Amino acid sequence: MSDLIPIVSVAEAALSEEKAALSGLNAVLSEAELTAIDREISHVPYRSAAAIDALKIVQSHRGWVSDENLRAIAHHLEMSAAELEGIATFYNLIFRRPVGNKVILLCNSISCWIKGCDNLQKKVSEQLGVDLGQTTPDNRYTLLPVTCLGACDKAPVMMVGDDLHEDVTEQAVQTLFGDHGGGGE
Amino acid sequence: MSLDRPLTRNVRPDRSPTDLAAYEANGGYRGLHGAIGKLTPSDCLQILKNSNLRGRGGAGFPTGMKWSFVPMDNPSGGHKYLICNADEMEPGTFKDRLLMECDPHQLIEGMILSAYTIQADVAYIFIRAEYIKATQLLREAIAACHDKGYLGKNILGTDYSLEMHVHVSAGRYICGEETALISALEGKRANPRAKPPFPQVSGLWGRPTIVNNVETLCNVHHIIERGADWFQSLGLTADAGTKMYGVSGRVKNPGCWELPIGTPVREILEDYAGGMEDGYQLRGFLPGGGSTDFLTTEHLDLAMDYDTIGKAGSRMGTGTMIILDDKTCPVGFVKNLVEFFARESCGFCTPCRDGLPWCAQVLDDIEQGRGLQEDMDTLARQVEFIGAMGNTHCALAPGAMEPLASGMKYFREDFQRHIDGAGCPWCDGGIH
Ligand SMILES: Cc1cc2nc3c(=O)[nH]c(=O)nc-3n(C[C@H](O)[C@H](O)[C@H](O)COP(=O)(O)O)c2cc1C
Ligand code: SF4
Ligand code: FES
Repeated sequence: MSDLIPIVSVAEAALSEEKAALSGLNAVLSEAELTAIDREISHVPYRSAAAIDALKIVQSHRGWVSDENLRAIAHHLEMSAAELEGIATFYNLIFRRPVGNKVILLCNSISCWIKGCDNLQKKVSEQLGVDLGQTTPDNRYTLLPVTCLGACDKAPVMMVGDDLHEDVTEQAVQTLFGDHGGGGE
Repeated sequence: MSLDRPLTRNVRPDRSPTDLAAYEANGGYRGLHGAIGKLTPSDCLQILKNSNLRGRGGAGFPTGMKWSFVPMDNPSGGHKYLICNADEMEPGTFKDRLLMECDPHQLIEGMILSAYTIQADVAYIFIRAEYIKATQLLREAIAACHDKGYLGKNILGTDYSLEMHVHVSAGRYICGEETALISALEGKRANPRAKPPFPQVSGLWGRPTIVNNVETLCNVHHIIERGADWFQSLGLTADAGTKMYGVSGRVKNPGCWELPIGTPVREILEDYAGGMEDGYQLRGFLPGGGSTDFLTTEHLDLAMDYDTIGKAGSRMGTGTMIILDDKTCPVGFVKNLVEFFARESCGFCTPCRDGLPWCAQVLDDIEQGRGLQEDMDTLARQVEFIGAMGNTHCALAPGAMEPLASGMKYFREDFQRHIDGAGCPWCDGGIH
C-alpha cells in the first residue's frame, strides 16, 4: 500500500514539472512574435487555425523553426506539438532546419528543364560548393529546388532571396556567386 | 475591327504596375459604381450566367453556374466567403502573375463585384509566397480601396460591406486544388476534401465559399459593366471572352498574350511566339500546363478553346502551352513532369502516394538505360489505374497521367529506342 504513495507523488511531480516546462515555453517566443501571433488568432475561429501563420511569423524572426520554437507555438495555440509538426513539415517553405541568409529557389519544372536548369543547378552547386538542400559553410546561401515560378517565358529562372532572376545563364551564375569562396574549388 | 483586350488594357510594355489613379483614369471602378446598390445580386448573377464565362483555373467550369449553388438566404447571418486562387504553380503556367503584377486593381474590382453577387462579406486572395511583388501591390491596392470606400463597411454608402485579405501560402502545389486551399486557409495540412459537400455550400469554416482563379475574377467587372452579349462576341468559337495564352519552350519569342478565345494554336505559336527557335523543330505541345495531354503537329489548326481541345483528346487547361522540340527527349520531358507530381502528392491516397513514385522510377530506369520491355506494360497499367477519375481523392494524380499516357501514345518509338538501345539517344547527343 505504502508503495503507492511515492508513485502518486512522482506522477504529481512529473505533472507539475511539465506545467512548469510549458509555462517556461511562453518565454521562448519574443513579445513581438507573440503579439503578431495573437493578431492572427483574433482573425480565426479557434487558436490552432492560426498554425501556419504562427509558424511563418516565428520563421520571419528567426529564419527557421526549431523544435523548441515549435513546442512553444503549439503550446500557445493549444494544440499538440505532434499535430503542429505534421503541419510544419507539410509545407516546403516552412524550414525545420536552419537555412542560410538567403535561400536560392531554383525552378526545376518543365519549361526551365527544357532550357537547361539541370546544368544550371550543377553550376550553382559547383560555385557554392553545396548540393540541393544544403547550406554554404559561411551560412550565406541555402540551395533548394522549387516548383514552376510562373516565369516560364523567361526560363530558366531562380530566386535568390526575394529577387527573381530570369533567363539565367551559367555566366550569370558565375557573376552572381563568383566572389563566393564557398569551397567550390 | 480593333482587338478588344479588356484584361490587358492596363498592361504597359515595361510591365510597371497600374495604380489606383491610373486605373480609374482608364475607366476603372466604373463597373463597381454601376453595380453596387444599382443592380441586385441576382441581376449580376444572371449577367454572369448569360456571358458563358468559364473558369480559367484549368477545368473550365461555367462560373455563373458555380455561383448559383451558393445559398442566397442567409438567416443565421453567418459569413460567406470568396477566395481568389492565386497559387499559380501548374508547371508551365505564367499568366496570373502578369495580371496581378501589372493591374492589381482589376482583380480587386472583379473580386468586389463577385463577392457582391454571391453576397460574401469576407474575401481572401490566396497567393503563393514567391509572388512577393504581387502580394505587396495587392495589399497596397486593398488599402487604397479602403480609403476610397470601395472596401470595408457600407461600400459606396450602401448596406453592402466587404473585408478583403491577402493570405500568403507556405508552399506546395496541392494548395491550388480548391478544397486543399481551404484546408490550408484553415491552418491545416493541405489535404483535399471529399465532395460533396461542395464548397459553395460548406467550404471555409463550414460556410458557403466560392474559389475562383485570378483570370476568371479579372473578367467579372468587365462583363457586368459591358454585358453578356459583348463578352460572348469576343470569342471566335463557341466559348466566350478572351484568354491569356502563353507559350514557353524553344520558341523565338516565349510570352503571354491576351487573345480572343478560340484563336488557332498555329496563330499563337507562329504569330505571337514567333515560331520555333532556329535549329529546333516542333514535335508536340502540352496545350495548357503540365497536367494536360500532348498534342502534336497534326493539331496546329485547332482552335484553342475548351471543347475543341477536349475533343482532340487533351484539355485547354490553363491555356499556357509548353513546347516539346526535336532536341529534347520526350522520355526526359515526361519524367520531369511525373517526378514533379510524385513530389507534390499530398500523400492522402495510395494510388497517388505510391503509384506516382513508381511511375517516376520506371521512367528513370528507361531514361537511364535500365528499361525493360515489360516496363511499358507497367506504365500502361498505372496510367489506367491512376488515370481513372474516382480512383484517387483529387485530380492531381489523374492529371499526372495525362502527359504520361499521351507521351507514350505519340512518342512510343522514342520510349522503345531507349529500351532497345539501353540509353537515352538525346543524352548521348549531349543535351538531356
Ligand atoms: C492539383 C491541382 C492544382 C491546382 N492548382 C490551381 C492553381 O494554382 N490555380 C488555380 O486557379 N486553380 C488550380 N486548380 C484548380 C482549382 O481546384 C479550381 O478548380 C479553380 O481554382 C477554380 O477556379 P475557376 O473556376 O475560376 O477556374 C488546381 C487543381 C488541382 C487538382
Ligand atoms: S490524388 Fe494525390 S494529391 Fe490528390 S488527395 Fe490523393 S494523394 Fe493527395
Ligand atoms: S517552369 Fe520554371 S518558371 Fe515555369
